[in-house]
Amino acid sequence: MHKFANPTQFMRIANAIYPWAAGLSMILFLIGVPIALVSSPADYQQGETVRILYLHVPAAVMMQMIYYGMAAGSAAYLIWRHPMANLVAKASAPMGAIFTALCLICGMLWGQPMWGTFWVWDARLTSTLIQFFIYLGYIALADAFEDPERGDRAAAILALVGVVNVPIIKFSVNWWNTLHQPASLSLTKSSMTGDMLLPLFLMMGAFGTFYIAVLVLRLRAELLSAKIRNARLSQVAVSEATAAAE
Amino acid sequence: MNKLLTFLDMGGYALWVWPAYGITAVALIGMVIFARRDLKAREREFETLRAARRGE
Amino acid sequence: MSVFSALLARDLKLALRQSADSMTVVAFFAIATVLFPFGIGPEANVLARIAGGVLWVTALLAALLSLDRLFTVDYEDGTLDQLVLSGAPLPMVVLAKVTAHWLTTGVPLIIMSPVLALTLHLPAQGYAPMMLALLLGTPTVSLVGAVGAALVLGTRRGGVLLSLLVLPLYIPVLIFGTASVEAVITGVETNGPLLILAGFAVLALTLCPWATAAALRQAVE
Repeated sequence: MHKFANPTQFMRIANAIYPWAAGLSMILFLIGVPIALVSSPADYQQGETVRILYLHVPAAVMMQMIYYGMAAGSAAYLIWRHPMANLVAKASAPMGAIFTALCLICGMLWGQPMWGTFWVWDARLTSTLIQFFIYLGYIALADAFEDPERGDRAAAILALVGVVNVPIIKFSVNWWNTLHQPASLSLTKSSMTGDMLLPLFLMMGAFGTFYIAVLVLRLRAELLSAKIRNARLSQVAVSEATAAAE
Repeated sequence: MNKLLTFLDMGGYALWVWPAYGITAVALIGMVIFARRDLKAREREFETLRAARRGE
Repeated sequence: MSVFSALLARDLKLALRQSADSMTVVAFFAIATVLFPFGIGPEANVLARIAGGVLWVTALLAALLSLDRLFTVDYEDGTLDQLVLSGAPLPMVVLAKVTAHWLTTGVPLIIMSPVLALTLHLPAQGYAPMMLALLLGTPTVSLVGAVGAALVLGTRRGGVLLSLLVLPLYIPVLIFGTASVEAVITGVETNGPLLILAGFAVLALTLCPWATAAALRQAVE
């Protein structure tokens, strides 16, 4: 555990992973997109719109995985003061928000031809929208303090509060949805056949490795800005000390 | 040629399928470009800071 | 326990001295509710249909406005530092402050709600479940809101940020609060949503004081 707490050690591993993740992501996209768009069959119910789900579902999976990852990182940060865990959470949040937005946009683009309207208060779309606001709240809170360390700790607590609430919100929205709407053709609920699973898994793998690769880039940038901040602070301290000595 | 047209037409759903892929592509490529530019900018900032230090 | 009662008494006394604060929250609840007929139109059956939801949404917003100041006064004058340093069990401190907050804002909202329900033509059988739902739901609102209020201490944009953090977490309370009113009006058995609201309250009571205490501790460090 503590081997990973050291930023240098952590980044050595992360940098070793980077080319593999980036390369694998590229390969999976190059195989997955043609299969998703061309060689996989159209669905008998949804027609060609099923191809949108090969983006919508992986985006939804990323949205959830990234949030659980952020919560785990925040817990590690709060319990063991593990600085890298917090950095992972902080660097992941904007990506999680973008994946959530993609999930919403693709869901809406699927909904317009299937439901005849861009927005339906479908249980999944509604939960996704709430998750999007939770991401925005985390990003806004982490950024709201003069002292970056305070923002880190407040945001970490918020991530944990959020992860306890996510299942409660899901349960509530599902209950509310069945109360108000008869089940119709629902996003992703329709049966998945084997032909659809292959492009789905390929795109999930592509999205996942893509996230890891970009995360490493973002972690490098975050570490550098911490170094810059420290260098600035020590510079100020040095100049103050010399000024006092003169 | 005809095959390409039917592919682009997406069974009449072109208006929804292509924007979904387009927006996703833009978002993913944007994430990479932003992360790389951000990293480059900070590397430069750090280097100038270090150079200034050495100059002192 | 003495910490709890001492703090509760102090906060209640302060609230009594500045009773305009609770009055403002109730007044906000009233004016926000009264806006809906202007926006939607005065048809009695339309208003009756949405009365439960409107009262819940406006009650949540009113509570949220008052939560903004739950810890700020103590934070700014240094009382909070002393409370944390005193070694008193911090979750207990939080619980006392939240109880005081609920008594001075939640309870007035519950008392005010039937009057506002009149103006929205809520059907007669809806009053009891509405007030019961508010009674079971508002403690959760105060408890969850306290976590948010502690997290935003010392930020540049406290109030707006608090709304962004806390409102998504209020959605379950809103869903079951409104449902318990609607269940009665549409003639369905009513206990389910109310029981779930009670469950939320118990869950919030066991978890939120600790989360709030953690947030307060990092705020004064």
